[in-house]
Amino acid sequence: MLLQAKSVTHYFGGLCAVSDFNLDLEEGELVGIIGPNGAGKTTVFNLITGVYRATQGSIRFRDVELVGKRPNEITALGIARTFQNIRLFKELTVLDNVRIAAYNQMQYSPVEALFQIGRYSSEEKRILNNAMELLEVFKMDSYADELSKNLPYGLQRRLEIARAMATRPKLLLLDEPAAGINPNEIKQLMEFIQWIRQQFDLTIILIEHQMRLVMGICERLKVLDFGATIAEGLPLEIQNNPKVLEAYLGEEGGEL
Amino acid sequence: MIYILQQSLNALQLGSIYALIALGYTMVYGILTMINFAHGDLFMVGAFFCFIVATFFKLPFIPTLLISMIGVGLLGVTIERVAYRPLRQAPRVSAVITALGVGILLESVMLVIYPYPQSVPTLLPNITWTIGGVTISLLQIIIILLSLGLMLLLDFIVRRTMVGMAMRAISWDKSVVPLLGVPLNLVISATFALGTSLGAAAGVMYSQAFPVIDPYMGVLIGWKAFISAVVGGIGNIRGAMIGGFILGGVEIMVAAFMPSTYRDFVAFTLLLILLIFRPYGILGQPRPQKV
Amino acid sequence: MDAQTVEKRNWRSRIGQRWDAIAENRRILPVLLVVGFLLSFAIPQFTLINPYYQLIIMYVGINIILATSLNLINGYMGEFSVGHAGFMAVGAYTAALLTMKVFPSNLVGYLFPLTILIAGSAAALVGLVVAIPSFKTRGDYLAIVTLAFNMIVKSVIENIEAIGGPRGIPGIDRLTTMPWVFFWTVLAVWCMRNFIYSNFGRGVLSIREDEIASDLMSVNTRQVKLLAFVISSFFAGVAGGLFAHLLQFISPRVFDILKSTDILIMVYLGGIGSIAGSILGATIFTVLLEALRPLGYYRMILMPLLLIFLMLYRPRGIMGLREFRWFIPSYEQIAIRLWRQKKEVPDASAG
Repeated sequence: MLLQAKSVTHYFGGLCAVSDFNLDLEEGELVGIIGPNGAGKTTVFNLITGVYRATQGSIRFRDVELVGKRPNEITALGIARTFQNIRLFKELTVLDNVRIAAYNQMQYSPVEALFQIGRYSSEEKRILNNAMELLEVFKMDSYADELSKNLPYGLQRRLEIARAMATRPKLLLLDEPAAGINPNEIKQLMEFIQWIRQQFDLTIILIEHQMRLVMGICERLKVLDFGATIAEGLPLEIQNNPKVLEAYLGEEGGEL
Repeated sequence: MIYILQQSLNALQLGSIYALIALGYTMVYGILTMINFAHGDLFMVGAFFCFIVATFFKLPFIPTLLISMIGVGLLGVTIERVAYRPLRQAPRVSAVITALGVGILLESVMLVIYPYPQSVPTLLPNITWTIGGVTISLLQIIIILLSLGLMLLLDFIVRRTMVGMAMRAISWDKSVVPLLGVPLNLVISATFALGTSLGAAAGVMYSQAFPVIDPYMGVLIGWKAFISAVVGGIGNIRGAMIGGFILGGVEIMVAAFMPSTYRDFVAFTLLLILLIFRPYGILGQPRPQKV
Repeated sequence: MDAQTVEKRNWRSRIGQRWDAIAENRRILPVLLVVGFLLSFAIPQFTLINPYYQLIIMYVGINIILATSLNLINGYMGEFSVGHAGFMAVGAYTAALLTMKVFPSNLVGYLFPLTILIAGSAAALVGLVVAIPSFKTRGDYLAIVTLAFNMIVKSVIENIEAIGGPRGIPGIDRLTTMPWVFFWTVLAVWCMRNFIYSNFGRGVLSIREDEIASDLMSVNTRQVKLLAFVISSFFAGVAGGLFAHLLQFISPRVFDILKSTDILIMVYLGGIGSIAGSILGATIFTVLLEALRPLGYYRMILMPLLLIFLMLYRPRGIMGLREFRWFIPSYEQIAIRLWRQKKEVPDASAG
């Protein structure tokens, strides 16, 4: 078992944002979490990655308890994520964005950095090479010295995923990867996600609004509403689950 | 016991001055999320207005107070218009540094006009009463009551009037409110006018209580008032009042029972301890960061 | 376009080209450093310029150390520290007490580098303590913490009679000489630049850009903040030690909030997130303040006016996140170029 969340509950003040969330994730799976706005989907990601500390429950990643760990420790264990609204380091170059994500792979001490001695130069070279290789895989090496704020939107999204991959994750959490992408590009995005999954041997959890994307690539779905899990199963089952239709579609009248 | 009562009275007097200045910091912060570092110096200008009006025009207390409040209020609005408004879209810290510059400018201009400390004429009759061993002066009563009155008035304006509603709305979300037809610039100007004139009132009262004034008097008092605003929770108007009285109380009590040189040390250490337990002040609430 | 304008433009671009060529040529830098170091010996030895100007040059050096070290926190990390003079005070008092009370008086001259080193370390230790609140609070609240720190330092010194209390320490030996100022300034700038262009420095930048994202990209933000505060306060302490042995008199009032404000102005005048900016800011501020001295009080009006206009027209300071090419390690540019040509990337030592 790669990730196991057991009865995870989180309160903001008196408001219950996530209640009794359970998830068993096997290596190599691609699971989707869907639900209407404010259902607590992103909160689940924040709980897994340590941005918030779960009020109750336990989250175990390869048998290591995550609750109580700091976000950077959790990332170093092998969990990376992207953000709903892109959060790149805007004033920094594409290369720096990727190198920063390799922070804990760098093996030299502050003193070596201050005087540029010891392992400094070989380590800098190693990380730079790794970063450039990664950028090449993502076909972004030609933008290496560009400020990331100057990239077009699509490339910013791609850079965010590349940056997440630089932390060398086993588990990738994608928070609405299709946000802001026009419907014609959905198919491309689906292929892209499948591709990184194979390329990097990843397990993926995906939060999404775009039903076409979720139904197209997820093997398993969980549906949240007001913090509670109201359904889970295969995409086809979810599609016909009356509870989901009521909670999710009934109000919004969206298409499935 | 009598000593404590006497000191409490002094604490109330100092606290109300801090509170009045802290209000200006907190109002500007609430609406522009900017620390107006020039505010302490506007307080100083208020004291000098009082000195000028009282010395050269020989007006009584109330007109002097009103004139300096209006004068400094206009000055505050002008400063916002000329120096802060162009920087609203700039990095936040540029506005703060500009404010720092404006503060130094005010000090320097005053220094050129009055290079030496000036003594302010007394505008209120020196009447004191002794009740059960505690001495109360007319000045103390006026300072405390006037401050409380001004604070209640401000609280009323912010909570019950249209302008106040607009202020609260803008402090909540600066980008949406103008879309609803609220004249953003007018409301910001009103905020500055109110905040700085309260600072001027504090300056006038301070110069009556401690009649020797100099151009640098606003620096330390300004910082302390700012700290009061933080203690109460910056951006929160009632918090600023509470913070002012707390800081005034702590300072007077420390001076009363310990060597007075420990005053700053104890006050600031307490501030740090408070911030450890309530990082956003007494009434402040952290704005949740969306991830 | 008339001939004159064309002529003028050509002339301008020729200067520009020459300047670019100079800026591109990094081999000039070590030459300049050696020449500078030799000059720093020769100037006081042969009184090449009058002692008053020598004094100003030394203050420029000390202020460069102060401005670059504060820029690490305020410019690169994006926090707003307003208590830098507090660290300076710790360094100044430590150094002054060492040379006056601890070290044997016939050896103080030889022990001066050690004195400054200890002064910096003492300040760094205090910086470690100030860094801890920065884990939880940030922005304006961290500004208050540093402000309170500055005032507490001042107040503590005022209350210790053994170190002079409010009257301060007079009669400190004048041990700060031009070569020492030159040495420490170069060392400070070099170390700060190395730090910024290292893994930890990138961590510092990522905190400025987006602290939460930085945490989630495996950056140990606590470690980074601790390092930034320690290094910054170390060099503030160094500057304090040099300052004490140049002014020969220190008192708590020298290190009050106004001194911190001066350093802030240097940083924001020169430009945040730029070493060249801090050097420029410190130099302009110090020299201008001296040059305008004949104006008396009016110079005090001119300085803030200048600052306000600069902020209105260049809100990010003169350099503002840009850097002079000499301070950017050439390695990265070379490496990217080589990578594109599919060539072997060399080790990063070509600094």
